[in-house]
Amino acid sequence: MSEGLFTQLLDLACGAFLLAAVIVLWRRELTAIVRVFALQGVALAAIPVLLGVHERRWDLVVVGVGIGVLRAGLLPYLVRRALTALTAGQQRYGTDTGESRETQPLVNVAASLLTAAALTLLAYAVARPLVELDPTPETQALPVGLAVVLIGFFTLVTRRRALSQVVGFLLLDNGITATAFLAAAGVPLIVELGVSFDVLLAVLVLQILTTRMREAFGTTDIDDLRELHD
Amino acid sequence: MSGVGYVAVAGQVAVVAAGGPLLAGWMRQVRARMEGRVGAGVLQPWRDMRKLLRKEPITPVGTGPALRIAPALVVATVAVAAALVPLLSTDTPISDRADLILVVALIALGTLALALAGLDSGTAFGGMGASREMTVAALVEPTILLSVFALSIPAGSTNLPAIVSGTVHDPARLASPAGLLATAALAVAVLAETGRIPVDNPSTHLELTMIHEAMVLEYAGPDLALVELGAQMRLTLLLGLLASLFAPWGIATSASWAALAVALALFTLKVAVLGAVLAAAEVFWAKLRLFRVPELLAGSFLLALLAVIVSYFLSSES
Repeated sequence: MSEGLFTQLLDLACGAFLLAAVIVLWRRELTAIVRVFALQGVALAAIPVLLGVHERRWDLVVVGVGIGVLRAGLLPYLVRRALTALTAGQQRYGTDTGESRETQPLVNVAASLLTAAALTLLAYAVARPLVELDPTPETQALPVGLAVVLIGFFTLVTRRRALSQVVGFLLLDNGITATAFLAAAGVPLIVELGVSFDVLLAVLVLQILTTRMREAFGTTDIDDLRELHD
Repeated sequence: MSGVGYVAVAGQVAVVAAGGPLLAGWMRQVRARMEGRVGAGVLQPWRDMRKLLRKEPITPVGTGPALRIAPALVVATVAVAAALVPLLSTDTPISDRADLILVVALIALGTLALALAGLDSGTAFGGMGASREMTVAALVEPTILLSVFALSIPAGSTNLPAIVSGTVHDPARLASPAGLLATAALAVAVLAETGRIPVDNPSTHLELTMIHEAMVLEYAGPDLALVELGAQMRLTLLLGLLASLFAPWGIATSASWAALAVALALFTLKVAVLGAVLAAAEVFWAKLRLFRVPELLAGSFLLALLAVIVSYFLSSES
């Protein structure tokens, strides 16, 4: 693969990765959010695959395919299953309890979009010294990873529904993975495997927790969790 | 050079002025066919205009000069902008002055004139429409500026013909993330600026949610014809700008008659296709609630800002 084509494809993947994070912040429907999250997984998987093909490191390609399967297939599937489990009840009783939508985020959508713009600028400002150390196409895309970390964290703290918080957590993790690939061409395989299984387990546990929350309180609004019980 | 150049400028203004109503008629026709109606025909806006121009000019009692000069100002600003934007040719006698900021300012001047006219009419609807139009415009103008800035960074100039001819010679610029983000942002901004669904509904007169129609309720006769012509020309101009920036193939970069003829045919085709796509999309979309509009516009502003950031930092060649 020629240098110019590699740079363009890498930029395209990073652009799609950042755009997906922004759209997650923009949309309210949880089904749409999960779909966009799956697309982001594809863009994330493209980064190590491109790096691997460019540097002829086939283990990176394998890691990329694995990440693609996990983040564009398995995790969205699990979140979607939790979502159908949550909305099944309300369809049965014909009431809209707002489980499938993020109706009232703590910061309204227009303000959170502007915050995302500010966070992206912050990520670029912070990453400047790192980029100047070694200005290759990969390191120049490094701020994208940092921006997604910040946006994911912002989603995590401003959303009320348990499932959108899960998506925020996964965004954060996607950002960390992208940063690792862009800065250091990936962490050792064993660490990557460990992190991936960690995320998978966390999502599984959170899925069960969400269902239990719904059974106990009738909603997954995190604000209702104020009292401690034994 | 000069002969072809002057013809190109005159041609751009003439195409936008004559083609604006045709484009509006074409979009209504596409929409009617998709909804299972026969439609009034592509020439209907021109027939409406002929009818309006024959009527007696009437100005409401107690209105000032703002109401009277606004229609002429709207048409004049769009005509000057049409002469500047490289719709047909990038090599015209005035292409040195076709600066991006000037074009956006001209479009904003037209918007402002209409909003002032809405306030001047003194009715409740006029004031409401004017305040809504300004709310939308405050978010749309920076979006247009930023999204074209994203394209002007690789070209190294805010001169529109320079940007367009740069893109013609190096189409790879458009496939970059900055190009895609800027396209999306500018498309949303054009929808909002021309008052189409999902921001405003161009075919209603009796809704509390209308924006553009609320401002022009007091107009009648030839003035209304001018206001309508201005709105249709603005739609043509902005769709043409979108086409020139993101699909610049066929625009004449040299002064030759053949290139100009090809550019004219391709421009008609591109704008007609864009109009048909927009009309088809409007059949399937619903208008957004007014309080959701700032959300959409903030989103498109963010896309434009990201486009600028990305084109500034990510382009490793420069």
